[in-house]
Amino acid sequence: MTPQSQFMVVATIAARWELGLRLVLGTMNAEPGIADPRNVLLPFGEFDRLHYARLVILEDATLGDIAAHGLPTPSFQKYLVFMGDCDGPASEMLADLSQRADVGLRKIFGHCDDFGAQSDVLTWMMARDMPVAVNYVNWLGRTVRQIKQESALQRVLSAKVPREAIQQTAPGVTAQQVRRDLIAFVDVERRAGRLTLTPPEPTPFAWLLAKLFHLIAIPLVGLIALPLIIVLLPFVVILLRKREKSDPEIYPRPDPQALQELRELEDHDVTNQFSSVGSVKPGLFRRWLLTVVLLLTDYACRHIFNRGHLGRVQTIHFARWVFIDNKARMVFASSYDGGHEAYMDDFVNKVAWGLNLVFSNGIGWPRTDWLIKRGARFEQRFKYFQRRHHIPSQVWYKAYPGLTLTDLKRNQHIREGLECAAMTDTQALTWLRLL
Amino acid sequence: MCRDDRYAGANLVEAAMSAPTAGNVTPLEWEDMQALLRFGFKHLTQASFLLLRVKDRDAARVWLAAAPVTSAVTSKPRPSTALQVALTSDGLRALGVTPDIVEGFSNEFIAGMSSDPGRARRLGDVAASDPSHWTWGTTKHVPHVLLMLYATPETLDGFQQSIQAQFGVGFEELACLETSAVGSKEPFGFEDGISQPKPDWDRERPVCDQEQYAYSNLSCLGEFLLGYPNEYGGYTDRPLLDPQRNGAPILPRAEDAPEKADLGRNGSYLVMRQLSQDVHGFWRYLDQQAGGDAALRERLAASMVGRTRDGEPLVGRTNEVIAGNATKPEGDLNAFTYQSDPQGLRCPLGAHIRRSNPRNADLPPGDPGLVSRLIRTLGFDAEALDNDRVASTRFHRLLRRGRKYGGQVTPEQVLIGAPADGESGLHFICLGANIARQFEFVQGAWIAGTKFDGLDGEGDPLLGHRQPGPDGTRTDVYSIPDPNGPDRRLMALPSFVTVRGGAYFFLPGIRALRYLATAG
Repeated sequence: MTPQSQFMVVATIAARWELGLRLVLGTMNAEPGIADPRNVLLPFGEFDRLHYARLVILEDATLGDIAAHGLPTPSFQKYLVFMGDCDGPASEMLADLSQRADVGLRKIFGHCDDFGAQSDVLTWMMARDMPVAVNYVNWLGRTVRQIKQESALQRVLSAKVPREAIQQTAPGVTAQQVRRDLIAFVDVERRAGRLTLTPPEPTPFAWLLAKLFHLIAIPLVGLIALPLIIVLLPFVVILLRKREKSDPEIYPRPDPQALQELRELEDHDVTNQFSSVGSVKPGLFRRWLLTVVLLLTDYACRHIFNRGHLGRVQTIHFARWVFIDNKARMVFASSYDGGHEAYMDDFVNKVAWGLNLVFSNGIGWPRTDWLIKRGARFEQRFKYFQRRHHIPSQVWYKAYPGLTLTDLKRNQHIREGLECAAMTDTQALTWLRLL
Repeated sequence: MCRDDRYAGANLVEAAMSAPTAGNVTPLEWEDMQALLRFGFKHLTQASFLLLRVKDRDAARVWLAAAPVTSAVTSKPRPSTALQVALTSDGLRALGVTPDIVEGFSNEFIAGMSSDPGRARRLGDVAASDPSHWTWGTTKHVPHVLLMLYATPETLDGFQQSIQAQFGVGFEELACLETSAVGSKEPFGFEDGISQPKPDWDRERPVCDQEQYAYSNLSCLGEFLLGYPNEYGGYTDRPLLDPQRNGAPILPRAEDAPEKADLGRNGSYLVMRQLSQDVHGFWRYLDQQAGGDAALRERLAASMVGRTRDGEPLVGRTNEVIAGNATKPEGDLNAFTYQSDPQGLRCPLGAHIRRSNPRNADLPPGDPGLVSRLIRTLGFDAEALDNDRVASTRFHRLLRRGRKYGGQVTPEQVLIGAPADGESGLHFICLGANIARQFEFVQGAWIAGTKFDGLDGEGDPLLGHRQPGPDGTRTDVYSIPDPNGPDRRLMALPSFVTVRGGAYFFLPGIRALRYLATAG
């Protein structure tokens, strides 16, 4: 099994080069915001371990919200953020990128204020790769290669499976027989080189060990700290409730023009991108609370939510939560199936509790109760808040357009059923019905 | 249970604490509501829809300020004519309504249905349905005002002429959309308008935000009426004005912000789309697929709709007691959900009525115990997850008020080669308080969406656009699940429905209409 990883390179844009950068990024797209996989600068499609990638000019229109907490607006420069989700270690992906797209990356990063002509692209990117607080992967171990091969398999089988034959004309044919024929057909196709089904690679031992260590270490630390947690809990609850009653809510209607800009980038594929930024509420309490919540979320994503769903939400391919600017701000970015309205509705209706846990520590979030109640359930307030913190992704790449997570899961089952040694008639029928 | 006072209100929580709750309800202001919210005017079998543009602003305002709009008050005998008035955002601007008021409406209403390619993509208005081909609803053909005239057969002509004579100075007519007499069948030949949400006129539902574990047909008033609490216990945004503002004193106060005048109250958004139906293409395609077998043809057609032509639901009458439905489930064509047919073996997952109203609840079905609910909420029940791909229905309901147009031919007439008698189709009309969450969601995610409920690339069998997906895969497919093998598939489905025009309107309360016509 090949684990997935991510990178997020954050660099400051030189103010005078911003316009030029926008123009350069624009040349990478086939449609507004949708990368051309063969673009000259960064031909994403050539990197067969890359699931998703995006280039975002991080500009925060909500910095002034901190005035509601009686603090002056901080001045952060605009950042160029380069994110990617890949199979295997991110360091290898970045090395691969810098090797094969050196010229293009130089042209892009040349707009950042500390990138010099002599800079080594890889070293420069590695130095600016931000650690993530939480990285969510919908299905741990599912590689780009596997997704593409299984999709090809599904198409071939779906076209080949005799639909009428089973149903009407030939009632004598059993599901097992049909399945055996299809297996034989796939064998022929594979021998002819028309289909490939590469077996998974062995799981890296060091990664497995680190995962196991993490699995045990966090609860262990929690256990050791339990007496302290019990003593502190009442104080935390009192401090939290006090803040929940008084923290300002900020959810004006998003600017129509900004909204229009975001919408132009959406619905070109069955999957969409979401990038957002916001400030963490001032003070140590919220900062620590958020750190702990994200630590636990990270634990849940690493060990529990890595098999097709994050809570009830089954439409998020990858997501990440990243602190920037010394924890003054946080970036959340994801790739999800369906339209943006459906995405927001899922947030409100299915995982409002989870969103509240994290985002109620951000400035302006709709009022929560006990950290998980209300908040995002204020539908209108939440939708305004969410769109207002949403920032355009100038370039977004997806390695498998047209495929949703439901497709990926079904295709995976099809392959498993194909490679399964023996099946009962019922199992064979269930398998056929996936086609 | 839920504490009403904590959950009500959108803008001012404190002010909202006095929001009405069950048992403490101000009587509904029927006299301020346009009748269409309450009635479909079935007894007024004739109707015509006039699309107008402002010619002379002052004259237009004078006429609208006194237009004989029919309210939702019941009367005996029932009226023989009725007039309803709705306005687009372009219309509000043309009438001189100030920008700050227009900006108080929802983004979708302000932008309009045909405003940008992104919206067209979302709604599936592509290829032949692309707004650039519309006969009305784009650029200079965006109507300002929609007049809906309903009448008995004897009275329509006279009524229409008298109205036309009244508004003639102020408005020019962009189009007059005629309709055919009310009959229960839509042009493809199916019984139509069977399923409708029931607005909670008695305000029985408490004002609160609470998960619903069963499908209900009873919708909070705020789903359809602006100024009332919706399914989340909140108030949808609409223009709230300073009551001291010129003319505003005639407006009702906002329930959630009593210091403001509520321009939205008793009003709604109205979505109108002219859908041209290729009746000949539809039945010829099915006949060809059925190899001329009449019974099979009928079965295929029913499977695409999800009901037989007589309206019998394919999933079967499960006689479920559903809130908001007729009290006796026996004989009720709506007393069913799809809970007993998760794989679509009786009613295909992609059937038209299953897409447009999936009849599910907030949580996928399971044991009612607390533990089971928690497990399902956290997503640890694999079976529940498999049944959790479709959004909760209650936030996505449409109150339909459409009328068909053109001649009616039966499938039999089509197949013996009867010539097409002009164009026929549906003037689709629906009412709702939130265009994005209701009409656009249903049309985009459920009807045009090619991955609805995990399907492998196919749009609505009746309304789908059939354009290939982003990876070039075909979407002109319809899958009929089969218990004994892989899905049966209809391939190379032509597009049967083409959008000819459309717009988003505001159907104001009657006081709001007078205000819009006089103030500013």
